[in-house]
Amino acid sequence: MKNKFIYLAVLSAVFAGCQPEFDNEVSNASYSAGEADFSSYVAIGNSLTAGYIDGTVYREGQKNSFPNILSQQFALVGGGAFTQPSYEDDVNNTGGMILGPGITTSTRLVINTSTGGPEPISGGPSSLVSNIVPGPYNNMGVPGAKSYHFIAPGYGSLQVLGTTGKANPYFVRQASSPSATVLGDAVAKNPTFFTNWVGDMDVLAFATSGGVGVDQTGNFDPSSYGDNDITDPTVFASIYSNITNALTANGAKGVCATIPNVTSIPYFTTVPYNPLTASVIGQGNEQVGQATIAALNQQLYGPLKQILTAIGQGSRINLLSATDANPLLIKDEGLADVGAQISAVAAASGNPQLVALAPYLGAVYGQARQATSADLVLLTTRTAIGTTATGGIDPLNKFGITYPLQDQHLLVPSEITLINNATTAFNTTIKAIATSKGLAVADMNAVLNQLVTGLQTADGQIYKAGYFSSATANTVVFSLDGVHPNARGYAIVANEFIKVINSHYKAHLPFVIPGAYPGATVLTSN
Amino acid sequence: MMALATSSAFAGGYRVSLQGQKQLAMGHTGVAVVNSAEVLFFNPAGAVYLEDRFSASVGANALFARTKFQSLENNLRNSTENTGTPFSAYIAYKATDWLSVGLAVYSPYGSAVEWDQDWEGAHLVNNIDLKAIYIQPIVSVKVSDEFSVGGGPIFVTGGVDFNRNVGRSVTDEQGNKTDVTIEAKNVTAWGWSAGFMVNPTDKVRLGVNYRSEITMEARDGDATFNQVPAYLADAPTSAQDIQLGNTTFNADLPLPAEITAGLSVQLTDKWLVAFDYNRAFWNVYDALVVDFKPTATSQVPQSYNPRNYKDASTYRFGAQYKHNDKFSFRAGIYYDESPVQNGYFAPETPRNDSTGYTGGLTYMITPNLGVDASFLYLHFSEVNASYDHYIEDGNTNVSFGGTYKNVVFSPGIGLSYKF
Repeated sequence: MKNKFIYLAVLSAVFAGCQPEFDNEVSNASYSAGEADFSSYVAIGNSLTAGYIDGTVYREGQKNSFPNILSQQFALVGGGAFTQPSYEDDVNNTGGMILGPGITTSTRLVINTSTGGPEPISGGPSSLVSNIVPGPYNNMGVPGAKSYHFIAPGYGSLQVLGTTGKANPYFVRQASSPSATVLGDAVAKNPTFFTNWVGDMDVLAFATSGGVGVDQTGNFDPSSYGDNDITDPTVFASIYSNITNALTANGAKGVCATIPNVTSIPYFTTVPYNPLTASVIGQGNEQVGQATIAALNQQLYGPLKQILTAIGQGSRINLLSATDANPLLIKDEGLADVGAQISAVAAASGNPQLVALAPYLGAVYGQARQATSADLVLLTTRTAIGTTATGGIDPLNKFGITYPLQDQHLLVPSEITLINNATTAFNTTIKAIATSKGLAVADMNAVLNQLVTGLQTADGQIYKAGYFSSATANTVVFSLDGVHPNARGYAIVANEFIKVINSHYKAHLPFVIPGAYPGATVLTSN
Repeated sequence: MMALATSSAFAGGYRVSLQGQKQLAMGHTGVAVVNSAEVLFFNPAGAVYLEDRFSASVGANALFARTKFQSLENNLRNSTENTGTPFSAYIAYKATDWLSVGLAVYSPYGSAVEWDQDWEGAHLVNNIDLKAIYIQPIVSVKVSDEFSVGGGPIFVTGGVDFNRNVGRSVTDEQGNKTDVTIEAKNVTAWGWSAGFMVNPTDKVRLGVNYRSEITMEARDGDATFNQVPAYLADAPTSAQDIQLGNTTFNADLPLPAEITAGLSVQLTDKWLVAFDYNRAFWNVYDALVVDFKPTATSQVPQSYNPRNYKDASTYRFGAQYKHNDKFSFRAGIYYDESPVQNGYFAPETPRNDSTGYTGGLTYMITPNLGVDASFLYLHFSEVNASYDHYIEDGNTNVSFGGTYKNVVFSPGIGLSYKF
């Protein structure tokens, strides 16, 4: 009898060791590098490569840079160590940088629920521009770097930064030497694989400035360019080719990424062209707003419309509606300046108030019109609307309402055309050069355009290109600066690179799950 | 005795079919088997046909349930290993030739799964421990030698302890994922079971048994939120605003009705075979809905989790060989359908269809006292499955899935006494 129970006991013991096993157990061996060699991966690019989030690079945010995410997948298939510039000195995880006594860049943006809007986290930065931890690093993303900066000696020189300013504080902290170039440091890592997302800043700086710079097409001397200018496409192509040649000199494979169109970036799409409802104008009180609108029509919009009509430009301004959302009043430097005529008509109007204001009206409203859906109002302009314009005459000095928003506040169609032309030209160049070298292309422009209508990830979630709101806290993919992705967005970027690498280099790398990556930091006080 | 823990063993959602050592060894058949006091569970009508004046069976199982999860797409590898000790006790007393009474205590529902905290599926479940104990007085009446009826009210006591993260990316200021535990203890409910047995010949029995649906209504259970960021903990500013403050919750969990029909045939003096068919009416489990009570410090929206279970069947076959007065041997097999439909495979009950293989024996120490031993091995095929109905920022179709593989086995032991 004992024996039979022993059989059962033995049977139990056998099964006690029994573990579930898959037919094909997932292990590192499940993945492969294909034709790629990830033993030395170098990422070259600007803020999008550096892991810039919420208006800065900060210690924890940098860990979610897309190259760092990629490197963790590469590590499954022979990827080597991946180093990023040191942010050990960002002890409070605030980001921002101390450039000199009393000169700092903004700390990372957070949502402060007690005030509502995004604002820099309090405390101030702790990272010193002079705290140099020399590279080269695997992540050669340098925030703000334009194509020609990658080959500019001295771009990482603290001394140059202090004298001519033609250096980059981020690169200063990480350059292998003051005379190093970004490209030189990248090549020094002997890349076997690279990602190249250069080019964004060659047009984006113009766009985020509201188009205050100039389009340098035709000017082949980048040393004469201003910070907010658009790079000449020929110059861009030449430098992009140099960068690609240098990176592939030893046979490295890689991915070149296109640059996104401004219309897919919340910085340009969040503030509507027509936010002026009666409620907004009345600062929450609709009745006050309606009374104000009546007064504005009588005192400014009505007379201005009459004057403009008299000079054949009546379509620039319409009376404000008490019931609909009204467009912002803007200055369009693409319009003919009819200031002198406005002054003349006003002076001859016989209306003593208009006569008195004639020079002011001409000076302020000569290129004024109401915004249309073809204009793109910058995210930062949101806080400028309704504020007082310096030198304006009260009450004709309220930005966007009684005083035109200026060049730096928005992009008008003529500026948008320049941006689109440059974006198209640069992307054509990027694709052509990558293709000529047999490199893969990550069409990030196409990916970000998908976000406009909705980009569906493998888990079925749909991500859009909107700015943070509490209703989209789990799905927003842009950080609070409105330009750069947040960690979740960089995960989507990383997945696109993985997709392209898998297909072009016949690799098999796993994807990450963007939904698990963090979004905005929300605080109740700051 | 109430310290017993259960563990999800079976395809049937959170149904645990381990309600008697002898019958488990026969593929958990028994609606038409009169073998021991275990019949109180399988079909109360059969109790009156027990030969002895007094019959009792007690037993317990050591249940080992292991689940592995992996995703090739996302390089995920997780596993959970849970043990439990489901338990049953039956006492039948033959008051007269035509009337028997009895008491049954058993734990037919339970689920325990514990994944690594904050694993990739943590927004669905980190861990769950669900248990329900049935206590049932029984009356069994012999109408004739060919026909009997039986049944009784069921008192259920149970509880649930369930933890999950409140979102996929919600964390406190230090980056720790925010989670919630809902815990309800001593939830009680009433139900009933009834059956009849027909003996057309002295070799053949037919039986039908029905166990009613019982809804466990958790009321004022504790909802505890952990690692909550300040902005989700401060006072709400609107009706839509969320304040994850500790509060109480209400939730209903259905324990579905089940009907069983079957027959047994005494082939020879030594051989008995039995077939059972179970149908569990799982379609009542439409959704797990948790309502949080608003308080001065808490405003939490309803948690709505579609389950959309379907009715499911189990097909059972068992045999008993009575070697001599000392030894009986048993074996069985069954096929158990999962009530979980495509796209609703949640890692809180990660079971798919399974095949159960059972065996066991009884050794009579004395003519009155026997030791019963049983063994169950449940075979699951690996399954590619996902839960496609997680709700995030208004999207009701966020998916989490991969490949799951289960192994469940359970040795059990019990005592039977009769005189």
